[in-house]
Amino acid sequence: MDSLLTLVLILLKIVAIVAPLMLSVAYLTYAERKIIGYIQVRIGPNRVGPKGWLQPIADAVKLMMKEIVIPTGANRFLFVLAPVLSIGPALAAWAAIPLGDGIVLSHIDAGLLYLLAMTSLGVYGVIIAGWASNSKYSFLGAMRSAAQIVSYEIAMGFALVGVLMAGGSLNLNEIVRAQSGSVLHWFWLPLLPLFIVYFISGVAETNRAPFDVAEGESEIVAGFHVEYSGMTFAVFFLAEYANMILISALAATMFLGGWLSPFQGIPLLGALFTWVPGAVWLILKTAVFLFLFLWLRATFPRYRYDQIMRLGWKVFIPVTIVWLAVVGVAKWAHLAPWFD
Amino acid sequence: MAALKHYFRSFLLWELFIGLRLTGKYLFARKITVQYPEEKTPMSPRFRGLHALRRYPNGEERCIACKLCEAVCPALAITIDMQQREDGTRRTTRYDIDLFKCIFCGFCEESCPVDSIVETRFFEYAFEKREESIMTKPKLLAHGDRMEASIAADRAADARYR
Repeated sequence: MDSLLTLVLILLKIVAIVAPLMLSVAYLTYAERKIIGYIQVRIGPNRVGPKGWLQPIADAVKLMMKEIVIPTGANRFLFVLAPVLSIGPALAAWAAIPLGDGIVLSHIDAGLLYLLAMTSLGVYGVIIAGWASNSKYSFLGAMRSAAQIVSYEIAMGFALVGVLMAGGSLNLNEIVRAQSGSVLHWFWLPLLPLFIVYFISGVAETNRAPFDVAEGESEIVAGFHVEYSGMTFAVFFLAEYANMILISALAATMFLGGWLSPFQGIPLLGALFTWVPGAVWLILKTAVFLFLFLWLRATFPRYRYDQIMRLGWKVFIPVTIVWLAVVGVAKWAHLAPWFD
Repeated sequence: MAALKHYFRSFLLWELFIGLRLTGKYLFARKITVQYPEEKTPMSPRFRGLHALRRYPNGEERCIACKLCEAVCPALAITIDMQQREDGTRRTTRYDIDLFKCIFCGFCEESCPVDSIVETRFFEYAFEKREESIMTKPKLLAHGDRMEASIAADRAADARYR
């Protein structure tokens, strides 16, 4: 009976995290179309509902009504499994992200490792989708995307090692706590290169512009998901946006002090904002990164494939390694105010 | 030295920030979208839309079947048959414009000695069957009757340049 109650409680918590997440995914697509539209001096969707607010719902309904076509030569089981594999990790990773001090679905001590594992799993969805479709274009897209994701995984992992060294813990809650003090205590300052590498690798991990060779609209139509239609396609779409939100939330947690108030440590202002719940700050910080995702997409042209590989292997990995050494020295010297 | 400068610039993401600044500025720029069915862009009096045949104020059709438009039409979209009417005037018995062939060059309008065939401001037409693409004489005349006010106003506005 007791264990049943715990199970129900956990399920309720999962719903409490996933339902708002799915809603924000839907409205992220709306925000993307609006913001990119504005940057291109257009006004974006404004027909469905007031100011187009119902556009994502119309899109969802349209996609659900559509037929799911499974190609003749496709491996049916893997074809259907791939979208699940791609959205599963994006949602599962949220279990370890603290929304406030101690407010987290599962208090894992190896939270950072868990996150690394979950974000790496996403690549299986892409590869399996490309392979199971039995189409050369899907496969080509999957190959490109897999190579890219695996390459940037390394730089991302190294950036997280820096966070681990600075925070002195694998538990995300502890990492955020280690950043408390003021805006200057957050890890973005001592780990600035790692922060930038992490975010750019995150853009590459989620296959977003300017690293969207996997999708490559003008080259290979849609990459690994050309053969997908209707709801199966929608799930890939959801996974892409859920991953964007995840990467943004992680960047906010590890480099911008997670749930910590940006006014902390400032004499008068700090006390004025103590009543604001931590989740609000986390959401605001995540939103900043999400806006950056969209801004980048609206600004930069797609990288050439060899440039992507060069950037990942020859720039990011050396930079992160050098900065790991710097962090090590700073930690050893108890450099104030971060590592004292 | 140049190499050093290059390294500094690329590691500080200099050019990327310049690009971001530019697009960031456009985020707040005035939006130029015209909300089409509700708003429309201004139109020249010389706009070449759907054709029409005009009448004189007394109701007599202007066309005298001189066939200059048929001769000048580069797309061979106009077909004219003519016959003498009881009062001795030349009149068309058939005046067809194939809208699939027409390239809306306006030569027919220019060649017409009596300002009969004109192209109007109306361009929002559609048809559901292929045969509806032929503008027959009754359809052209009816369209001319419908649009006469705007046709006359456009000719008047453009008169000093003709």
